[in-house]
Amino acid sequence: MSAAIVADRLTICFGDFTAVNDVSFAVEQGEIFGFLGPNGSGKTTIIKALCGLLKPTSGTGSILGMDIRKDAAEIKRHVGYMSQKFGLYEDLTVGENIDFYAGVYGIAGQKALARKDEVLALTGIERYLDRRAGQLSGGWKQRLALACAIIHSPEVVFLDEPTAGIDPVARRALWDLLFRLSGQGVTFFVTTHYMDEAERCGRVGYIYLSNLVAMGTVPELQRLPAANPEGTSRIEIAIPNASAMLEPIRHLQGIHEATIFGQSIHALAETSQLAALRSHLASARIEIIEPSLEDVFVTLTYRIMEAGQ
Amino acid sequence: MKHLFHGLMPVCRKEALHIVRDRGTLIFALLLPMIQLFLFGFAIDTNIRQVPTVVLDESRTQQSRQLLERFAASDVFALRGQVESLDALYAAIQAGKARVGIRIPTDYARRLLNGTTATVLVLVDGSDSTVAAQAVNTATGVALRQSLAQVLPSGNMPIDVRPSVLYNPSTRSANFFVPGLVGILLQVMTILLIALSMVRERERGTLEQLTMTPVGPLGLMVGKMLPYGLLAFGELCAILFVMRVVFLVPIHGNVFVLLLLSLPFLLTVLGLGLVISTRARTQAEAFQLAMGTILPSVFLSGYIFLIENMPPIFKAISAVIPATYYIRILRGIILRGAGLGDLWVPGLVLTLMGCAMIALAARLFVRQRAG
Repeated sequence: MSAAIVADRLTICFGDFTAVNDVSFAVEQGEIFGFLGPNGSGKTTIIKALCGLLKPTSGTGSILGMDIRKDAAEIKRHVGYMSQKFGLYEDLTVGENIDFYAGVYGIAGQKALARKDEVLALTGIERYLDRRAGQLSGGWKQRLALACAIIHSPEVVFLDEPTAGIDPVARRALWDLLFRLSGQGVTFFVTTHYMDEAERCGRVGYIYLSNLVAMGTVPELQRLPAANPEGTSRIEIAIPNASAMLEPIRHLQGIHEATIFGQSIHALAETSQLAALRSHLASARIEIIEPSLEDVFVTLTYRIMEAGQ
Repeated sequence: MKHLFHGLMPVCRKEALHIVRDRGTLIFALLLPMIQLFLFGFAIDTNIRQVPTVVLDESRTQQSRQLLERFAASDVFALRGQVESLDALYAAIQAGKARVGIRIPTDYARRLLNGTTATVLVLVDGSDSTVAAQAVNTATGVALRQSLAQVLPSGNMPIDVRPSVLYNPSTRSANFFVPGLVGILLQVMTILLIALSMVRERERGTLEQLTMTPVGPLGLMVGKMLPYGLLAFGELCAILFVMRVVFLVPIHGNVFVLLLLSLPFLLTVLGLGLVISTRARTQAEAFQLAMGTILPSVFLSGYIFLIENMPPIFKAISAVIPATYYIRILRGIILRGAGLGDLWVPGLVLTLMGCAMIALAARLFVRQRAG
């Protein structure tokens, strides 16, 4: 069984600007692959290339074994896409939106009706069937968008920041849906800014300045040597009035990164300096912890920035 | 080839729903050309009538009054009163109270009786060239007739030219301008409707979504053209009805031939609207670009100025303006009763233009969505 999504040394340039630089990865069927990175780092460009909308400058890729350079038309029939803009017609009703996308994918007659019922039941949006899409709340719009994106039973679905601006309850509902679909064998490629969402993904890739700088399962990333430099420890400093203490602690010897985490401070400290820190911050409770995904990406980003300078 | 047209019917159906749902746009689209038709239809009258005229009659004789009556009878001059000095005559024109000033000198009657030449001064405000030309022509004509009457006491003119104006015997401006106006209004409305509909999709992100589906570029474009074309066609019928009933412009030719030859024009302007939509990022931009097509269509299409009198460069430009051909068709059928046999050439040109425009729009669209 070959992978559902393959990017093989994908490079995409717009003039002098390299939007995607030598990116390779493979996503297995039924996997939920999370793709993280700041705005403008090349996430959407990769999606466009994988859907066959952009010809890569070099490198290649495939969706379900179809070549993204040659089989663009065929790929579109097997791929669903949902962006943060949702792509809904606000003056059409929920039902009309679904009917339109069914038509666009060439699903007609009995098959269209049956499939419509299926996605309605799956997303639970039946009760709003006759409501205009523009009158739905953000969460329901998102579910309608997903219903439209999967109307043609795609094997692969790309979600480009699907939960931007959606409340937490609706976000969780969406993820529950994604897990159900992935259980049925649908492969998801999800870009996001949210670390908690990334942590739900089977595997995560981190793209920064057009380069894929890390990829793996969450535990793999947490153990990444680049995120845990030799001789350093990730520590949690529980200290009263943490926000006021952040700046002074940042300037202490042996502290590389420090940020507020709830009531305490998370920092990357030189292991040799731990004892000195403990005696210096007598009122604090200092414990060694696992880095969070955010810690990993921030450390990676700093290292790249330092290397660049 | 087939995949280029993929999705045509769903797009067409969806677009029809948009039209029905968006009452505001629908009313705006249908009502605005009507209002403009009324405004411009009544406002444009190039026949010069009743030009305000002031008189300095220093002669104050039966002969001078007779001459002034001739001026008044021409219908071109409306005598709006007397002034007492030459300065006052100039002042009245400068102030815009009158466009023409007539001065009949003291010795007018005496010179007529002596058989020497009597001079009459006619001052014409040249700031409107059409008015000036008409005023000069008519004044010369009045003087000529009066002179002839003087030399030919019998009253029989040696030559009597009887002009007969074909197709528009009353030389009504409405008959000449309203058919052209129909074309201009139809163009503006159609371009705006389809361009805005496409740009709206771009603004709302639905276009991005559509590019990820199997919808073909022509499926999307033709799918939009059908409902908006139908809407524009309905509006055309309504405008022609108002032209006939309100402006009393007779349609000498066959209405069905006119409607048939309107289809290639609709095709062209719909295509033009689509080309504009690929260039515009926002609805405001699309609006401006659509408005930008009006000026050349009004001034270089033969709607107002004769193409024959244009310098070669403008003649060349007018040859690529769709309105040029459509106005030829409109005037041909409405005013001269021309038929398909006379007008197949502009019809063919428009058809070719329309196809070229749609091909161009599709190309631009495909190239753009990649970026």
